[in-house]
Amino acid sequence: MSTVQLTERPARSTLFDGLSRYLPISVTVALLVALYLGGVANYPNFGNSQVVAKLFIDNAPLLVIAVGMTFVILSGGIDLSVGSVMAFSTMACAWLTVDAGIAAPVALVLVLAFGTGWGLFIGAVIHRFEVQPFIATLVGLFLFRGLTLQISDTDVSMREIGFFQWGMTHVDFGNVREGGFWLPYLSFVAIAVVIIAFAVLHYTRFGRSVYAVGGSESSALLMGLAVARTKIGVYAVSGFCAALAGVLAAFATKSANPLANVGAELDAIAAVVIGGTLLTGGAGFVLGTLAGVLVWGLLNTLIAFQGNLSSWWARIAMGVLLLAFILLQRVLARSGEKRRA
Amino acid sequence: MSSNGNGGRAALTAGLARVRRSAYLKRLMWPLLVLAALIVVNIAVTGFDFILPSVNDGRLGGAFVNILRRSAPLLLIALGMTLVIATKGIDLSVGAVYAIGAALACQMIMESGNQSSLGLVLTAVALALAVTALIGAWNGVMVARFGIQPIVATLIFMIAGRGIAQLITGGQIPTVDGSSPYTRLGRGAILTVPVPIVIAVAVLVLLALLTRRTALGMLLESVGGNPEASRLAGIRSKGITVLAYLVCGLCAGLAGLIGSANLASADANNGGLWIELDAILAVVIGGTSLLGGRFFLLGTTVGVAIIGTLDDTIINVGLSSQWQFTAKALVVFAVALLQSARFRAWILGPFTRGPSAEAPPETDEPKEVAAP
Repeated sequence: MSTVQLTERPARSTLFDGLSRYLPISVTVALLVALYLGGVANYPNFGNSQVVAKLFIDNAPLLVIAVGMTFVILSGGIDLSVGSVMAFSTMACAWLTVDAGIAAPVALVLVLAFGTGWGLFIGAVIHRFEVQPFIATLVGLFLFRGLTLQISDTDVSMREIGFFQWGMTHVDFGNVREGGFWLPYLSFVAIAVVIIAFAVLHYTRFGRSVYAVGGSESSALLMGLAVARTKIGVYAVSGFCAALAGVLAAFATKSANPLANVGAELDAIAAVVIGGTLLTGGAGFVLGTLAGVLVWGLLNTLIAFQGNLSSWWARIAMGVLLLAFILLQRVLARSGEKRRA
Repeated sequence: MSSNGNGGRAALTAGLARVRRSAYLKRLMWPLLVLAALIVVNIAVTGFDFILPSVNDGRLGGAFVNILRRSAPLLLIALGMTLVIATKGIDLSVGAVYAIGAALACQMIMESGNQSSLGLVLTAVALALAVTALIGAWNGVMVARFGIQPIVATLIFMIAGRGIAQLITGGQIPTVDGSSPYTRLGRGAILTVPVPIVIAVAVLVLLALLTRRTALGMLLESVGGNPEASRLAGIRSKGITVLAYLVCGLCAGLAGLIGSANLASADANNGGLWIELDAILAVVIGGTSLLGGRFFLLGTTVGVAIIGTLDDTIINVGLSSQWQFTAKALVVFAVALLQSARFRAWILGPFTRGPSAEAPPETDEPKEVAAP
C-alpha cells in the first residue's frame, strides 16, 4: 500500500532513514537504563521494584496527556491546552458529583465526552479556518483555566469516595514485602492507553494518515488521504487524553485543585521530544514518548533519593536533555541530507 | 530615480510616506476601536476619573496611568517579541528570562552590605541585562545557526529557565530594601511620569527609530518573509535573526528588572508567569502576523494597552478576577478567527453577491512599504 511507503519515508524529513530512525529512541532507552543503573549503584533502596512501579503511579496522568500530544505532534501540530483541559476535567468531576448531584460514572462519561468534543471543535477551527494550532489551542489554555477557577478557586473534595477509591485499588505482583510490587488500577489505564495508541498509530488507517499528514500535508492530500478527518481527529484524541488524565488525577487525589497542572503541556511536549518524535511532525514513536515520560519521572526520583538536591534541578536537567536531543535530531537530519546528496 | 532630481524624489518620498501612513492607520483602526470601547465602558462604570491622570506625591496617578505603569514590563516583552515574530520566529522563554533577570539583580543587591549604593545597583542591572541578552543571543544562535524550530529552541529555556532562576535565589524569594535606588526603577518618577512608562516608551521610540529610520526593519521583514532568498540577496539573515532574539532577551530582562523593582522582590516561580502568552497575544492583536514578514510596533503597543485595560475592565464592571482568563480566551479566539482569511470568506460569503463572491478572499493586505 502506498501509505505504508509514506510512513516509512516521510516526504519532508530525511531523518530516520533506515536504521538511523531508531537512533533517537535507542539513545532515550540507553539514557533510561543508565539513569536507572546509576540510581541502583548509588542508593541502597533504588533497586526495589516498587521504585519502577512508582514511576507508573506518579506519572500516569502525564503519560496519558503525552500520548495524546504525540498524536498531535506527529501530525505536525501542537496542543497547548492539555494542562488546562486536564485541570478542568478534574474540577468538572468534582463539580458534577458534588454540586450537580450526578452519579460519578455518568459524570466521568460526560467529562470524557466533553474533552473529546472540545478537541473536535478546536481541530475543526484549525483545519477549516487555517488558524495556527499554537494560537487556537492557546484559547483552550486560557479558557479552561478560567472556567476551572470560576467553578471554584479553592480545592474541592470528591464525593462518592467509594467510587473514586477504585483508581487507587492495589494489584499486588508477588509479595510486596519480599521484592514484589503493586500497581493501582489507574496505572493500568495509563498503560492501556499507550498500548492502544501504539496499535492505532501503527496498524490502522488513521494512524498511518497521522504520519502521512505530518510528513507532508499536501502530499497526503494528493494521495487522497482523509486529511481533514486526520487533522481534526488528532486534536480529538488529545482532548480525550487530557480529559482522561484529569479523571485519573481525580482518582489519584480524590480532590480538584484549580491551579493543578500549570505547565503540564510543556512537560508533555518535552517528554515527546525526548522520546525522539520530530516536532515538525511525520516521524516518531509513541513508545518513545513512554520512554521520555519515564526519563522525566526517573530524574525526579533520583533527585528525591539524593535528598539534598532541590526539585528545580529536575527542570534544569530536563532542559539540558531537551537541548541534547534536539541537537542529536539536527545532526541526524544533516547526515541524512548529505547521504542523499 | 536620481535623474528625476530633488523634486521627484521628494514627491516619491512623500507618496511612500502617505501609503505607509494609510496602511498603518488601517491596521491600527481595529485595535484602537477595541481600546476605545474598553475605555468608554470603564468611564461609563467608574466615571471620568478613570482616564484623567491626577498628580499624587509628585507623580502621575489615576486608573489609566496605573494600567500603563503596570503594563510597562508586558510592553517591553511584547516589543521584543514583535521583532522575533517579524523574523517568523517565536520566543517562549521570555517569562523564564524575566524571572532570571529579576532573580539575578535582586539576589546580588540583597547579598551586598550596602543596598543603597548606586554603583552596586548599576552593576546588578548591567549584569542582569548582560546575562539576559546572552540567553536571547543563545536562542537566536539555536534558531539561525542550528536551524532548530523557534518553538523548540526557546522551549529549552522556558523549561529550564525557572529552574535556573531558583538556582540563583536558592529557592528563596530575595527582597530588596524599599530605600534602595533599585526600587526607583519600578516606583520612581521622572518629571512626574512613572519610570516604567518612561523606560518602555524610550525603548519603543528607540526600536521604532532603529527599524523604521534605518534599513533594519526592512531587513527583519525580508528575513521573516524568506530567509533563504534574503541570504541570496546578500542580507546576513543569520546575524539579523540572532539580533532579534538578543533584543527580545534584553527586553525580557529589562521587564524583569522593572517588575521586581516594583515589588522589591523576585519570585522565581511566579514572576512573569504566562507573560510570554500575553506578549504573543498583544503582538497578534496589534496586527503582526505570526507568519512573519511584517511587524507593527505601534500596533503591539495598542495590543498591550488593550490587555492591560481588559484586566481592569473585568474588575470594574463587577465580574470576579477569574473572568480574566475567560475574557482573554474569547479575545484570542476572536482575533484568531478575524485574521483567518478563510473565516472572513465563510462569514462574509452570504453577504457578497455577484462576481465578487467568486473572487478569492483577500489573503494579505498590501505589504507595507519599508522606510527608504
